[in-house]
Amino acid sequence: MYTDQVMDHFTNPRNVGVIEDADGVGEVGNVKCGDIMRIYLKIEDDVITDIKFKTFGCGSAIASSSIATVMIKGKTVDEALALTNKDFVGALGGLPSVKLHCSVLAEEAFKVAVYDYCQKSGKSYAGLEGFDPANADDDHHDHGDEDEE
Amino acid sequence: MKRVYLDYSATTPTKKEVLDAMLPYFSEVFGNPSSIHGFGREAKKVVNESRATIAGFMNADEKELYFTAGGTESDNWAVKGAAKALKNKGNHIITSKIEHHGILHTCESLEKEGFEVTYLDVDGDGLISLEALEAAIKPETVLISIMFVNNEIGTLQPIKEIGAIAKAHGVLFHTDAVQAFGNFKIDVKDMNIDLMSISSHKIYGPKGIGALYIRKGVRLVNFVDGGAQERKKRAGTENVPSIVGFAKAAEIAYRDFDAHVEKLVALRERLRKGVMETIDYCKYNGHPDQRHPGNAHFAFEFIEGEALLLSLDLVGIAGSSGSACTSGSLDPSHVLMAIGLKHEIAHGSLRLSVGDFTTEEDIDYTIKELKTIVERLRMMSPLYDKVTGGK
Ligand SMILES: Cc1ncc(COP(=O)(O)O)c(C=O)c1O
Repeated sequence: MYTDQVMDHFTNPRNVGVIEDADGVGEVGNVKCGDIMRIYLKIEDDVITDIKFKTFGCGSAIASSSIATVMIKGKTVDEALALTNKDFVGALGGLPSVKLHCSVLAEEAFKVAVYDYCQKSGKSYAGLEGFDPANADDDHHDHGDEDEE
Repeated sequence: MKRVYLDYSATTPTKKEVLDAMLPYFSEVFGNPSSIHGFGREAKKVVNESRATIAGFMNADEKELYFTAGGTESDNWAVKGAAKALKNKGNHIITSKIEHHGILHTCESLEKEGFEVTYLDVDGDGLISLEALEAAIKPETVLISIMFVNNEIGTLQPIKEIGAIAKAHGVLFHTDAVQAFGNFKIDVKDMNIDLMSISSHKIYGPKGIGALYIRKGVRLVNFVDGGAQERKKRAGTENVPSIVGFAKAAEIAYRDFDAHVEKLVALRERLRKGVMETIDYCKYNGHPDQRHPGNAHFAFEFIEGEALLLSLDLVGIAGSSGSACTSGSLDPSHVLMAIGLKHEIAHGSLRLSVGDFTTEEDIDYTIKELKTIVERLRMMSPLYDKVTGGK
């Protein structure tokens, strides 16, 4: 059901961990839905010099977090904000439709982390205009079919 | 790679003895049991012998057992057939919150047609309350359907007591015994069971074949209309090889019953102890001893079940989970919600079910791998950080 890229990022996730003195931290999702993503950022001169994540969730949630951190790391904040969940899904070679919300969570966790950085640093980025972290926890789930034994 | 199958509650492999018994009924004895010629008659004979064999293992008369395409069809037939046959008497059905979807979705479909359904709560171990059952019965109640053994957490219900209550109130009693048949001794007379669903593929028989026990005198509206098969109650040319296989599987199950139960309980207990002793923040679900001999059900905090299943699969271990991500819906399984598990714990659920081909080595390998996997996933989990302080 998962592509080789998803399985690779699930079994060998990149950038797992915590940044103790992070410049921005973003957490989205909730335990009720079964996925929570937290992203830590280190930002110097508008460049994302380091990024780490911790995720509670299914295989695609872990893989989405991992690919997002790989694609974001080293980019300027503006470049990274231009990435969307579709870019993460593309890089993973696709996700099952019921799992697409995992990639949205990764995009939003990053945006919430940048938002946190803006709050602390007083900076602002065009790509974050109108972004409200309060809406980032919305339910992106798709109801699929049940299968049962 | 080592492969360990611990999903016997999902399905079982067809035993060699069963397959061997089935083989002649594809190309040699292939007649249509409804035909009056010799080819038909020999097929009809074996269908009825198989029926008698299976009926015998539940203390039923052979005329009380009807073959179906599996447990799901039996559930649909029993509940819809009884509700519709008795709709002039009443429109109320009592069931539980932890039934298989074969029952739950059938009840929901009847609700749309104007039937009223009471879904009984269960306690933390998964048991219904007999007092609550009795209190739910009203003059309009026509059917009680309570499963014998739960497929997820393995809990065994007090079937005989439920049967006695149903009888005392003159209400029909159906039980979904798909997980119970072959794993428990069943006596439909002693337990006052009026209707009972069973399925072959859970007891080392072929898939797509099951049966419904219908006590003599109980009338159901037919579920599959057509020809006159199964004494005009269930149409469709009989699946002769599978019927033979089902009977063989039942025969083996009850021939080797004591050894089977003893073996499964020993393996399951080895697994339960091993997991509970080596992994922290883990809950064992279902009733401590009134349960399916092969069922073990765990919930690991801070991690998600699908990630757990995928990781187990990568090391060759097959299990199952009631997490939302594996059911494709937003909520963890209805069974885990009904026993009062919090969402975050239910998401980390894992059912491992042992069977006749499981070995001690399989169990030890699983305990070892599971510990590594749970630790790895917890290291990635922000929820675990909150417990360990990020260390
Ligand atoms: C309790 C229970 N009822 C019904 C069924 C459905 O049986 P079948 O797969 O034969 O349709 C199953 C398993 O699949 C089950 O575990």
